[in-house]
Amino acid sequence: MTSVAPVTAATREAYPKALIQLAEEGVDVVAIDADLSVSTMGYQFGEKYPDRWMTVGVAEANMVGIGAGLAATGKTAFIASFAAFLPGRCFDQLRTSVAQPKGGMNVKCVASHGGITVGEDGMSAQAIEDLALATALIPFDVVVPADFESARQAIVAVGKTSKPAYVRTGRPKVPGLYTTGYRFELGKATQLRAGSDVTLIACGILVSIALQAAEQLAADGVSARVLDMATIKPIDREAVIAAARDTGAIVTAEEHQTVGGLGSAVARVLVETIPVPVSMVGVDRYGTSGKWDELLGYFELTPQRLAQAAKDAIARKR
Amino acid sequence: MPTATAARLSVDELRDIAKRIRSHIVQMVFNAQSGHPGGSLSAVELGVALFWNHLRIDPENPQWPGRDRFFLSKGHATPFYYSLLAERGFFSTGLLDGFRTLGSPLQGHPSMNSAPGIEMSGGSLGQGLSFAIGQATAGRMDGRDYRCWVMMGDGELNEGQVWEAAMAVPHFGLGDRIVAIVDRNGLQNDGFGDTIMKVHPKEMWHGFGWHVIECDGHDMAAVDQALTEAERPHGKPRVVVAHTIKGKGVSFMENNAGFHGKAPTAEQLKQALDEITRGDGLL
Repeated sequence: MTSVAPVTAATREAYPKALIQLAEEGVDVVAIDADLSVSTMGYQFGEKYPDRWMTVGVAEANMVGIGAGLAATGKTAFIASFAAFLPGRCFDQLRTSVAQPKGGMNVKCVASHGGITVGEDGMSAQAIEDLALATALIPFDVVVPADFESARQAIVAVGKTSKPAYVRTGRPKVPGLYTTGYRFELGKATQLRAGSDVTLIACGILVSIALQAAEQLAADGVSARVLDMATIKPIDREAVIAAARDTGAIVTAEEHQTVGGLGSAVARVLVETIPVPVSMVGVDRYGTSGKWDELLGYFELTPQRLAQAAKDAIARKR
Repeated sequence: MPTATAARLSVDELRDIAKRIRSHIVQMVFNAQSGHPGGSLSAVELGVALFWNHLRIDPENPQWPGRDRFFLSKGHATPFYYSLLAERGFFSTGLLDGFRTLGSPLQGHPSMNSAPGIEMSGGSLGQGLSFAIGQATAGRMDGRDYRCWVMMGDGELNEGQVWEAAMAVPHFGLGDRIVAIVDRNGLQNDGFGDTIMKVHPKEMWHGFGWHVIECDGHDMAAVDQALTEAERPHGKPRVVVAHTIKGKGVSFMENNAGFHGKAPTAEQLKQALDEITRGDGLL
């Protein structure tokens, strides 16, 4: 099969495509939405497989329980909503009915509209705590893909495990990074640029911003490695340790608060192995309305800030 | 594939089993010096009639895919639940001695599959009916005719998730696959339900499109009949609202919120076992 060039698309658009692929490959998948299927894109799967899709109305807690009940019979259950509500509105149900039974039920959460790039809906809709909550659920894998193709492959990948997972997708259309020749691997970082002075470790929409920052740093004579750390849990320890060993300074960048997300996960590996200077870039305050790209500027999720954070980290090297 | 059917015991036989279950309950809570006797004792007749005369289960083959499911949504009633499972043959009654102790599979609240027959994890209220919807939906998809029974407390009806699920069962046309049971004992953790947060089970379930079957939850024949009625096809899903007494069968625990989650002393245990054996006030 020839490799198709990266496409500009929202990562949430990958959700129904991945579900259809799983169903076509014989996975006994059932997907549930909670009255946001037009936004999560789950409805597209429902159109193709009406017997494998249901919508439960505005009832996230019920959705989680139904998913767990389906999984208990051997099905692979997917549940979808906005990242502000899943896991926020149903954390206890995820803990009691999904995370704890049998070491983790086969329920996959695909939460769209993650982070601040949901845009105009304002702070209530801008999930910046979801990764902290999801990573706190012990058996959960947690993935934040950077583009359409990696999102499609990541959802397929978690759909083939028997564990619970949380995959965060985004609302805006973003440039593609990967061709169809790319192979997503759960728990493995992808190096998108080589570098020796500092490593930028990013997830989601921040990956392409990190690549822009690396360009700016190169113009200033700084060589920056860029890692797409799509899997936050389990984190790719080897890639983090190699980054610390090879470059001696690290920047983490995420569309989430720096507590409990990618930055925390990377820092935890480093303090246990090779402690090097780290600068964490994230969103540590509640937001406001605006266009998604305006909000990236408002929250300083910009190449300029990442480049400055890299220089700060490098300056702290011993 | 096993073709398990319900045991169909006489009311007298069921009453004898109920006595044994009640004795286990108070003994287990005494042994552990913790646990929930009140809401266990109120549910005994419901559980016994259901497990012996209605559930199509095979204790020798607890994972049989075609089995009826029982989900204890009021997860704190484990002394009741574990006693039922043991007496019905899912595991040895000797296992009950370890209730709530380190190394025992019988935790304070149910942990799915930790012992045979435990169908669902519980302890955080309000989640059983949703879980049943998932299982019943899967049953329909897979062409199986098993029925899911969900036992809730009346205090549990405070939880909004129950309302979400109550709405969904008739909407999804699962009425012949799911039966809800409400142990209407009128008390919850902090006191009388009418004081803490008043619920209106009959009106609530009726409003969501359910057929409400009421019974005296301690009259074994009436309970058995109500469960039979609940099995009968009807245009609507059925809920059995059983009027019960918290702590039933032990005089000093009856209608006493203090024994929602408290263990008896040695002296109280002796009195409790005496009263249960005599069967005071039980039909």
